[in-house]
Amino acid sequence: MSPDNKSTFTLDGKTVSYTEGQTIIQAAMAAGEYIPHLCFNPEFKPHGSCKLCTVKANGRQTASCTQQPQPGMVVESDTKELNDERRALLQMLFVEGNHFCPSCEKSGNCQLQATAYQLNMMSPHFDQFFPDRPVDASHSEYLLDFNRCILCSLCVRASRDVDGKNVFALSGRGIKSHLIVNAKSGNLADTDFTGEDKAAHVCPVGVILKKRVGFVIPIGKRTFDEHPIGATPHPTVKGA
Amino acid sequence: MTTPIKPKLKVATTSLAGCFGCHMSFLDIDERLLELLKLVEFDRSPLTDIKHCGPCDIGIIEGGLCNAENVHVLREFRANCKILIALGACAINGGLPAQRNHLSLPLILEEVYHAQHGLVDGFIPNDPELPLPLDKVHPIHEVVKVDYFIPGCPPSGDAIWKVLTDLLAGKEPELGHGLIHYD
Ligand code: SF4
Ligand code: SF4
Ligand code: FES
Repeated sequence: MSPDNKSTFTLDGKTVSYTEGQTIIQAAMAAGEYIPHLCFNPEFKPHGSCKLCTVKANGRQTASCTQQPQPGMVVESDTKELNDERRALLQMLFVEGNHFCPSCEKSGNCQLQATAYQLNMMSPHFDQFFPDRPVDASHSEYLLDFNRCILCSLCVRASRDVDGKNVFALSGRGIKSHLIVNAKSGNLADTDFTGEDKAAHVCPVGVILKKRVGFVIPIGKRTFDEHPIGATPHPTVKGA
Repeated sequence: MTTPIKPKLKVATTSLAGCFGCHMSFLDIDERLLELLKLVEFDRSPLTDIKHCGPCDIGIIEGGLCNAENVHVLREFRANCKILIALGACAINGGLPAQRNHLSLPLILEEVYHAQHGLVDGFIPNDPELPLPLDKVHPIHEVVKVDYFIPGCPPSGDAIWKVLTDLLAGKEPELGHGLIHYD
């Protein structure tokens, strides 16, 4: 191994340098490169669950948000094969929940939707599950619409690691996995959750929503109406 | 020398469990409709009032499936159209009508025709002419093969124009940023 490729790898042919301890996606972001992702947020420890960030590293598929690069590693991301698989993952996320975008306050600011646009998802392809997931409107300031939860655990990580509150948790396994609220009643109103919490501002989709601000920014003028999601390595969402 | 006249392509359109918003959006292609009419002629469509779909090149379906008649019409379109396009959110994922899917059908009928305030002696309509509602509302690709999808609620006139002109030019339709929308 030559010394000059010690701390670099290639991403789709471009040379990317990294520092010890960085994951592939962190190094890519630092170099201004976008790798599709949903459960990764640079402010939090990776969770490695959505698999959207899957790349081929030296020919083997791996989640780029948890995998650290090796010197001279050949990483492929923007390929037809990987994008086809990412689109299938998105389609599964869409049919598993209830994503009626036209009535969703997050529409246009939603990372799931924007990633689906970016990857040309023209239909959900699979049969819809149409699950029954009642909304929690108990809290005076915030609403939880579980219909749109993609189980990315960002609210769980934010509440636990930043707010020190443990308001949210993922419960159940496989298709029965779901988000729960840590209160005897199961209601958000019976927790110490507030709008100042980090957890109130991390949901990449339209689950954790502030009440009474709907459509302040009209549809058509929102984050991803103006720029596609891949325009920056990690999106900054309007009003988040 | 005279150039041979290309036969016009036949296009059929219908609205199943939709609100006609997608058809309104189709009309939003405005004066381009005249350009389109040089290339296509309409078979069954709300624009012609022809009642049954004959052999066509392109069939465009707005709306999902909420009753038995929707399924019959969809099958007639699939049997007759070389290319079938799902137009808009309801055709693609059930859309607004599918928001009833987490409620039981008897409960909904009861609520609409009986229980609601002011509905004294209301009864659930049972005329044999009325198509029976389906237990759940379904997107059309769950019943027939769909060749192309134009998402949006409704899709913009520009998105519809792009797909149609791509197809008429013999290209794979592509929407891209600004034209692909689910809202
Ligand atoms: S969360 Fe995103 S994908 Fe789901 S309904 Fe809302 S805007 Fe659409
Ligand atoms: S509520 Fe939002 S942040 Fe929390 S797990 Fe679901 S999608 Fe992720
Ligand atoms: S972003 Fe890496 S697994 Fe979700």
